[in-house]
Amino acid sequence: MPRVEFWQGNASIAQGALAAGCRFFGGYPITPSSEIAEVMAAELPAHNGRFIQMEDEIAGIAAAIGGSVAGFKAMTATSGPGFSLKQENLGLAYMAEIPLVVVDVMRGGPSTGLPTSIAQQDVMQARWGTHGDHATIAYAPSSVQECFEVAIKAFNMAERFRQPVLIMSDEVLGHMREKVVVPDRETYTIVNRKKPSCAPDVFMPYKPDPEDNLPPMASFGDGYRWHITGLTHNEWGFPTNCPEEIAKKTARLMDKVNAYRDDIVEFETESVEDARIIVVAFGSVARTALSAVRMARSKGLKVGYFRPIVLWPFPDRELEALAEKAGKLIVPELNYGQMVNEVERSVHGKAGITQMSLVNGELFQPSEILEKIEEVAR
Amino acid sequence: MPRPEVMSWLRKRFFPHLWCPGCGHGIIMHAILRALIDSGKTKEQTVIASGIGCSSRMPGYIDACTIHTTHGRSLAFATGIKLANPELTIVDVMGDGDCTAIGGNHFIHACRRNIGITAVVMNNNIYGMTGGQASPTTPLGAKATTAPYGAIDPPFDVCKLAQGAGATYVARTTVAQPVLCEQYIKNGIANRGFSVIEILTNCHTQFGRRNNLRTPVDNLNFFKKNSVPLAKAQGMTPADLEGKIVTGEFVKREAPEYTDLYRSLVERIGGDER
Ligand SMILES: Cc1ncc(C[n+]2csc(CCOP(=O)(O)OP(=O)(O)O)c2C)c(N)n1
Ligand code: SF4
Repeated sequence: MPRVEFWQGNASIAQGALAAGCRFFGGYPITPSSEIAEVMAAELPAHNGRFIQMEDEIAGIAAAIGGSVAGFKAMTATSGPGFSLKQENLGLAYMAEIPLVVVDVMRGGPSTGLPTSIAQQDVMQARWGTHGDHATIAYAPSSVQECFEVAIKAFNMAERFRQPVLIMSDEVLGHMREKVVVPDRETYTIVNRKKPSCAPDVFMPYKPDPEDNLPPMASFGDGYRWHITGLTHNEWGFPTNCPEEIAKKTARLMDKVNAYRDDIVEFETESVEDARIIVVAFGSVARTALSAVRMARSKGLKVGYFRPIVLWPFPDRELEALAEKAGKLIVPELNYGQMVNEVERSVHGKAGITQMSLVNGELFQPSEILEKIEEVAR
Repeated sequence: MPRPEVMSWLRKRFFPHLWCPGCGHGIIMHAILRALIDSGKTKEQTVIASGIGCSSRMPGYIDACTIHTTHGRSLAFATGIKLANPELTIVDVMGDGDCTAIGGNHFIHACRRNIGITAVVMNNNIYGMTGGQASPTTPLGAKATTAPYGAIDPPFDVCKLAQGAGATYVARTTVAQPVLCEQYIKNGIANRGFSVIEILTNCHTQFGRRNNLRTPVDNLNFFKKNSVPLAKAQGMTPADLEGKIVTGEFVKREAPEYTDLYRSLVERIGGDER
């Protein structure tokens, strides 16, 4: 029997992580994400896990990477300023291919910005925050129920692809309480990282298996000896300056996500079949957008709704097909235009795009989006 | 030639190493390996962690579980590894810049937690890897590429810093005393909590060149001439100690180790093995 809970978004992410098998959390408190750390601090010691509050966010992600290297499913959680601090070590996790889940509960920025107000200004930071080429997987839940679900998926992706996976939540979602139907364990899949089966002396930590182009990962302490470095390395994990080896490594970092793009991309639609206008929104804004779309439908307007659940990789082909049919898109987001650039890239000029930006610490009102729909419909 | 056991701990596939001929970092690596072997450690259960710098390249050369992290952050990674698996022996090797500049915060917090990690601080008073810039341990008046007129920033005393922050084993020696290096590292590994062994080492290439210590031999002679054992130093005046390197074991004390405290917490709340 599924259990019913009444959780905040932040607690729901923490509970989803625990359900996924997360047993290590390293972090540093920051509003509006601290409840994730607080739930982990209470639950992990009781469930054979490890919790540690580190001296700053840099150390929080470092400890989490260390936990993952030693065999645990590990997570860290933060918000704007802390997400900025984590970027260098996030890059190490991409380069060294360490599974990890990083939660960013978005608040207003830049800098200390608006600690207790919603924003969606970290979309591009999620994609390109750390320097260098890497492929990003980022979830953007829009309900407390979905916080639980994407936490499980994020761990599954991190373990499968041996890389960090981001959850981009926001202040409103993080603090909102909603009903969560906690699914029975049999109803969802849990992925654990692929372990090496070879003898320790021949283990090459970055040699992908031919069948899936993904390398297995040993843990420190389980009998394998291997080297981890943030320097660009060969299949032994040793630093390299050889152009072929550099090209091969970087290409594989990109291909992990590109080649499996269809397994990763997720989105939700409503009323798009006959739509002449589609509202594209994510996170908390998508909730407002959906109300506006339903209000417009009740007024007889042919309007649809498209919500990326995975922001990176962006559901570009899927949106393009729908946009071409509809001809018009409205993209409301709580920033000066971040996801809208991806929308533009996706639709290749096949639809007119109306951008809606709001940066005042608040959410759009459904009536504001409805007005824009009516204006565009005219 | 190092002992055959030492040779078996080297990752020969990884050689040649990048250290300059005569760099003191090699002496320290040798001492660490002898200490690990004599302490009965296995490669599979030993982690060597580091940040970024010439010194921090060491883990690559050692055939254990090795992690070369980001500049200054290795202790934070090592803390995660130790908490995840307290059975592992962790030696964290750091340069003076790595440990006391960018990594200063992680260093004092690792001392404060008294987590079971042995930190070996390879202090050559300079940023070797990036070409001889000043570090927080560059002596007053010494020249560096970013202190061309002589350093005016007062330097840190790594051992006092470690002692003040709560490390339970703190010792200092120089690469001119490889047997003591090995002995102190062994004592550090035997200590259950956080250990700091500061080893003064030579970067003749970047520090010596600008400070009249051009060759490795000049540096070793300098270390020999200026080292004062702790017992002797206690009878000397501050004026006599000016410019001297006080060596010895400064702290050896018992205090609860962090992962032991974590385990007791789990027991206290009746944590399960799920
Ligand atoms: C975040 C960051 N800042 C700066 C650097 C450049 N950098 C590399 S090594 C180093 C200092 C190395 O000095 P030290 O730690 O004393 O080690 P040594 O090379 O002398 O052994 C610096 C500044 C870096 N790699 N990362
Ligand atoms: S530059 Fe200095 S620290 Fe680096 S390898 Fe050469 S002598 Fe050693």
